[in-house]
Amino acid sequence: MSEVTQQGESKLVAFKGGGFVTRKIKWVGPAVFIVLIAFMEWGTRVGFISSLTLPRPSDVFGTFVDLWNTGLLWKHIIPSFTRLGVGAFLGVIVGTAVGISIGLFSYVRAGLVPLVAAIFPIPKIALLPLFVIWFGIDEASKYALIALGTFTPTVVATYGAVDNVDRTLIRMGQSFGLSWRSIVFKIVLPGAMPGILSGLRVSLAIAIILLVAAEMLGAEFGIGAYILEAGSLFDLERLFAGVTILSLLGVVISALVGFTENRLLGWRT
Amino acid sequence: MKLLLEDICHSYGQLQVLKNINLEVPDRKIVCLVGPSGCGKSTLLRIIGGLEKPISGNVIQVGSPPKDSINPLTYVFQDFALLPWRSVEGNISLVLEDHGIRHHQAEEIIADVLERTKLSDFRKALPKQLSGGMKQRVAIARALAVKPAAMLLDEPLSALDSQTKELLMDDLISLWSRQPFTAVYVTHNLHEAVRLGHSIVVLSRRPGKIREIVNISKPLQERELGDVELEKYQKHLWNLMRDEAISADKELLDV
Ligand SMILES: Nc1ncnc2c1ncn2[C@@H]1O[C@H](COP(=O)(O)OP(=O)(O)O)[C@@H](O)[C@H]1O
Ligand SMILES: [Mg+2]
Repeated sequence: MSEVTQQGESKLVAFKGGGFVTRKIKWVGPAVFIVLIAFMEWGTRVGFISSLTLPRPSDVFGTFVDLWNTGLLWKHIIPSFTRLGVGAFLGVIVGTAVGISIGLFSYVRAGLVPLVAAIFPIPKIALLPLFVIWFGIDEASKYALIALGTFTPTVVATYGAVDNVDRTLIRMGQSFGLSWRSIVFKIVLPGAMPGILSGLRVSLAIAIILLVAAEMLGAEFGIGAYILEAGSLFDLERLFAGVTILSLLGVVISALVGFTENRLLGWRT
Repeated sequence: MKLLLEDICHSYGQLQVLKNINLEVPDRKIVCLVGPSGCGKSTLLRIIGGLEKPISGNVIQVGSPPKDSINPLTYVFQDFALLPWRSVEGNISLVLEDHGIRHHQAEEIIADVLERTKLSDFRKALPKQLSGGMKQRVAIARALAVKPAAMLLDEPLSALDSQTKELLMDDLISLWSRQPFTAVYVTHNLHEAVRLGHSIVVLSRRPGKIREIVNISKPLQERELGDVELEKYQKHLWNLMRDEAISADKELLDV
């Protein structure tokens, strides 16, 4: 650097970036879907994609309309929803309770964390035959599979969330003489809610995967059964119709969780 | 009610933090605790507030707290410790609910403390909408709501910028003048100490011992920014602390 400031040349200071800020852009998501579907439609019509590789989206839609008209749609969806609802409800409720106990009690933590770590990585689908032996081929084994599948991620997310609750808030509660119950229900639980809800997203996605797996074994009705049947006949239109229902289900559940988050977590900065 | 600390010693494992602390906190007076960082000020305050047990020694309440005192020893935290999901009034009602104070009675107390801390217009606001100074006001309002016999403040102004600090010091002084309260005020800021303390206890570096107690007789209301007498006290305190602070700073932390 010269001691005297150079005169003459002047230049704009270049913008170097604002720290990888993400913006909310609403239209891109739907646009990607539309472009992709339009491309598939165009490809199959022109013959550039053979009908053996991909079904034509309009045909899939037609299958969907048929399902609706014949009333089969509800016949498949209602049992699936029931299984998903009951299984996920059990898994999430028990998982949250266990997760909170692990977060609060040292003995429970010492006893259950290794157990949960041991159960977590087991692909629950592999246990389906075992559940069939224990609970029979009917609904109970399907509930159990989905419940166990949602249980472990819920536990892990919940106790992590409880661990992350600001300790000074708990100390504040104690210093003001709040009862143990109040500290748990008014401080720990609301403080852990963000973590519990983001765990819920993961658990429910896993629940959908397990639902299909469970329905592929010994179910007459259900989206999984429908997909399995279509797959064994290489009926790509029906296969895709079934898969689309699952995707939609995933989107709806994710939107519901998002809505709950907005309602409950408006206090977050 | 006054507080007596008798020969308090405390250590964490091998680390001795406090050594033979004997101190009297008189009724309706503010005692400031100053000392280099890590000397055990927060630990001592937690011991006084019953949030930690000393290895030896006792904290004694002399005389019973006033009958209407809901939570005799009440804390004010450096980082405010407000529940972010509760509004200003919700944060205050939180500490009343558990003591069976609800509805009309709680309403009265909340209105009163909000008025005293100039927060009446912010009742429904969430903490995220408030500035740091406002948050600490809410925390002070919450502490006042339980009518403490003694307030324990752990660096309550350290997270705030210096202008806000001055404003809040004025607020604390006017709160105290309106209704004197007993307080132990921990700070590492000597300026705060000479503005707010009736007596200032200087702790040595770890293990914290009492080095000196400086009494300032000038009434709180008459202490002003740039007061020459206070500057003198502040200088004296700084001379006491300086060597301690230098060696405390150089110490390796092996915790
Ligand atoms: N819970 C604890 N466990 C172990 N060491 C602690 C704990 N709390 C504080 N200490 C140690 O005790 C010393 C005094 O801490 P503290 O009272 O917070 O100091 P100050 O508030 O004066 O800065 C520090 O060296 C700190 O590391
Ligand atoms: Mg401290």
